[in-house]
Amino acid sequence: MLQIPLWNRLMIILVLLAGLSFAMPNLFYDRVERHNDAVAEIEGTGATNDALEAERGLWPEFLPSTLVNLGLDLRGGAHLLAEVQVADVYEARMDALWPEVRDALREVRDEVGTIRRQDAPAGELQVRISRPEGIAAAVAAVRELATPVVSLTGVGSPTLDVRGENDLIIVTLSEAEREATDTRTMQQSVEIVRRRVDEAGTREPTIQRQGRDRILIQVPGIGSAQELKDLIGTTARLTFHPVVRRAVDADATVESRQILLPSMDEEGVFYVLEQTPVVTGDDLVDSQPAFDQQTGQPSVTFRFNPAGARAFGNYTAANVGAPFAIVLDEEVISAPVIRQAITGGSGQITGNFNVETSTELAVLLRAGALPAEMVFLEERTIGPELGADSIAAGEIAALVAFAAVLVFMVLSYGLFGVFASLALILNVGLIFGVLSLIGATLTLPGIAGIVLTIGMAVDANVLVFERIREELKTAKGPARAIELGYSRALSAIVDANLTTFIIAVILFVLGSGPVRGFSVTLGIGIVTSVFTAIYVTRLFIVTWFDRRRPKSIEV
Amino acid sequence: MRLRLVPQDTNIDFFKHARLTFGASVVAMVLSLGIWFAMGLNFGIDFLGGTTIRTESSQPVDVGDYRAALEALNLGDVSITEVFDPTFGPEQNVAMIRIQAQEGEESVSPETVAAVQEALRGVYPAMTFPSVESVGPKVSGELIQTAMIAVLASLGAILVYIWLRFEWQFSVGAVAALVHDIVLTIGLFSLLQIRFDLATIAALLTIVGYSINDTVVIFDRLRENLIKFKSRDLREVMNLSANETLSRTLMTSGTTLLALLALLVLGGDVIRGFVFAIFWGVIVGTYSSIFVAKNIVLMIGVKRDWSKPDAKSGTQFSNIDA
Repeated sequence: MLQIPLWNRLMIILVLLAGLSFAMPNLFYDRVERHNDAVAEIEGTGATNDALEAERGLWPEFLPSTLVNLGLDLRGGAHLLAEVQVADVYEARMDALWPEVRDALREVRDEVGTIRRQDAPAGELQVRISRPEGIAAAVAAVRELATPVVSLTGVGSPTLDVRGENDLIIVTLSEAEREATDTRTMQQSVEIVRRRVDEAGTREPTIQRQGRDRILIQVPGIGSAQELKDLIGTTARLTFHPVVRRAVDADATVESRQILLPSMDEEGVFYVLEQTPVVTGDDLVDSQPAFDQQTGQPSVTFRFNPAGARAFGNYTAANVGAPFAIVLDEEVISAPVIRQAITGGSGQITGNFNVETSTELAVLLRAGALPAEMVFLEERTIGPELGADSIAAGEIAALVAFAAVLVFMVLSYGLFGVFASLALILNVGLIFGVLSLIGATLTLPGIAGIVLTIGMAVDANVLVFERIREELKTAKGPARAIELGYSRALSAIVDANLTTFIIAVILFVLGSGPVRGFSVTLGIGIVTSVFTAIYVTRLFIVTWFDRRRPKSIEV
Repeated sequence: MRLRLVPQDTNIDFFKHARLTFGASVVAMVLSLGIWFAMGLNFGIDFLGGTTIRTESSQPVDVGDYRAALEALNLGDVSITEVFDPTFGPEQNVAMIRIQAQEGEESVSPETVAAVQEALRGVYPAMTFPSVESVGPKVSGELIQTAMIAVLASLGAILVYIWLRFEWQFSVGAVAALVHDIVLTIGLFSLLQIRFDLATIAALLTIVGYSINDTVVIFDRLRENLIKFKSRDLREVMNLSANETLSRTLMTSGTTLLALLALLVLGGDVIRGFVFAIFWGVIVGTYSSIFVAKNIVLMIGVKRDWSKPDAKSGTQFSNIDA
């Protein structure tokens, strides 16, 4: 009666061994981490050296090297929640559309007369025509420019909404196109943030999209949120504009479709530029820090793709002798005069750079410009010492909690308490094994979750033991009592743990950061504690019972 | 000899002082709600927006000096509290500074933080800032919303689960007990003005999870006994079930509280509020599963004949292991 089939025993032992072997590397956290870093570097670069090999030798290859990730609150680092201003892109799209609209309307000049772009709210393109009676033809001509939206949901609908009001044509992106654009903007932003963070070479950054227009960025080991913001927060949008004139104050009047931007280096110097750029950084394929051949000053070189090279070549050829402005994030780096047509598609930016800033700018340009500005909604910096203190405190608390619960269990249930205690130790091992295996992140509340699990994990055992006690009063013999104890307690164990598990799932879905870390350990703890209570403790008890065959038992 | 929290066979009449115990719960809830509305909660920056800066220096914390240093910055409401903890070393003097969200700022401003750090370094040059956290008002509003959804969703999920596994009367009783636990915890946080932040919400949900665990074990036994003793008085069967599971209820609370106590004393100040909430919640949760949940079920009454599965009642799981 009181038996567990052999294959069942083997399965239980196998699960335990697997769990414990995945948990084991965490006991040697520092060594394994250095080993893993070295392996990653050797594989990443393909090269190796003595120092790296020595690091790799810290941990044998044949052993598992899985580790629990430590959360920001334990390791220290920076956390940012950024909101991408997706609407910025609509404006850029409208600017890019203007030349096309102009050309399309010129073709129907006989009907619409002369055209003029008007100032319009962001994300809208307004064009006034001199013959209001030709508005229908004008709208039809502009509609021709719309293409079907390429996205999963909005297939078929046009990219542009075009309507005419008297002598005014108003163009905006259609709803479907806005959505598609937002998705692209977010993908690009996430990708560019990732590239910039990777260029800085930090370990295991978390960069993920959250909600409609947010990006969550967590970088362990970085000094402060400010450093991280400097790294990723710069838009690095490079544009080349025709210069209209220079100005000396910030209030200089500008005509429509012109912008007034300050000079980056010269205090009190402003430039009036045409708003529509000739070329933008989107057309860059490479950028490197360099030194100017003539002056020896640090500079940044760049190279355009063919489309950019052509546009740049055409413009410079047509405007020899005129100045043009190199603009980075709304500031004019420099405004040199075009000496000759630049047809090769590459050039050099000189300005007030030092070696550091020119390198930084080249990195930013290479990684690409953020398609839209980012606003930071949440930022957290946790120093590494605070994390280390928290780990130390958590470890001590966990050990004390552990010891207290063990003593309490043994005092209450005697030998059965010893079994439960052994199962509890295995349980904690399993939790770490699963955490390492799925690459979960351990946070400070996560440690609390483990300690709470230590307290609650015995619950399933307690349920069974109490039930066995009761059954001993009525059942025939200890074997029967143990069996009944397990089978009758099962429904309570399942109900009680499933409800808690539901809570863990809700916490996981709705929580973020540390709270989510807590839900993960709580959820895993529930699964492993039910497993250890139902299978492992039972295996102990049954094995013991088989050997000893006691006439009576005391629980 | 075994350690026993309760004698071998108990026969306590849990309804003997039902008016007193249940009344005490109702009064405590009303009081908690009253305190909550009168005193409000000491919301952390997660819900209010703003910045907290943790400072550490070898000199003792002088709140007055800190305040004087920050006065000139005109930051509005600034709260400075010294942090004590048994895990701190002798040279470790820690304070938490909280600055309200600055007027008209969607996001957080690094300038403010830098200014505060500079002003404080003016007082103690060797001061370090182990953590700086800022939350913009936009996010904090959403966090409140998510937190409320989380609490309501968990109550809803439990309502449905218990209803499917047991009967609707049980689910009402269980959820009433949970609301009791949540309200009492919020009341205590309001009374002691402990910081209420996202971690506290996580703690509330943990309490919900723990308390429902406790309640379900008693309900499970009650269902079993209702089948066994079809003709006995409902109140009697309830008492029997509670007595039979009493030892387990107290054992589990005991071990959990023991583990939490270790964490409360030794776990460091960063998670103390979180652990304190759970600690308190385990106590009220244990109380509510014995003295609140059952009383509600008794008041509503419950189906007595469990022998035939009733296709219409929606308890399709109930005869699996009963």
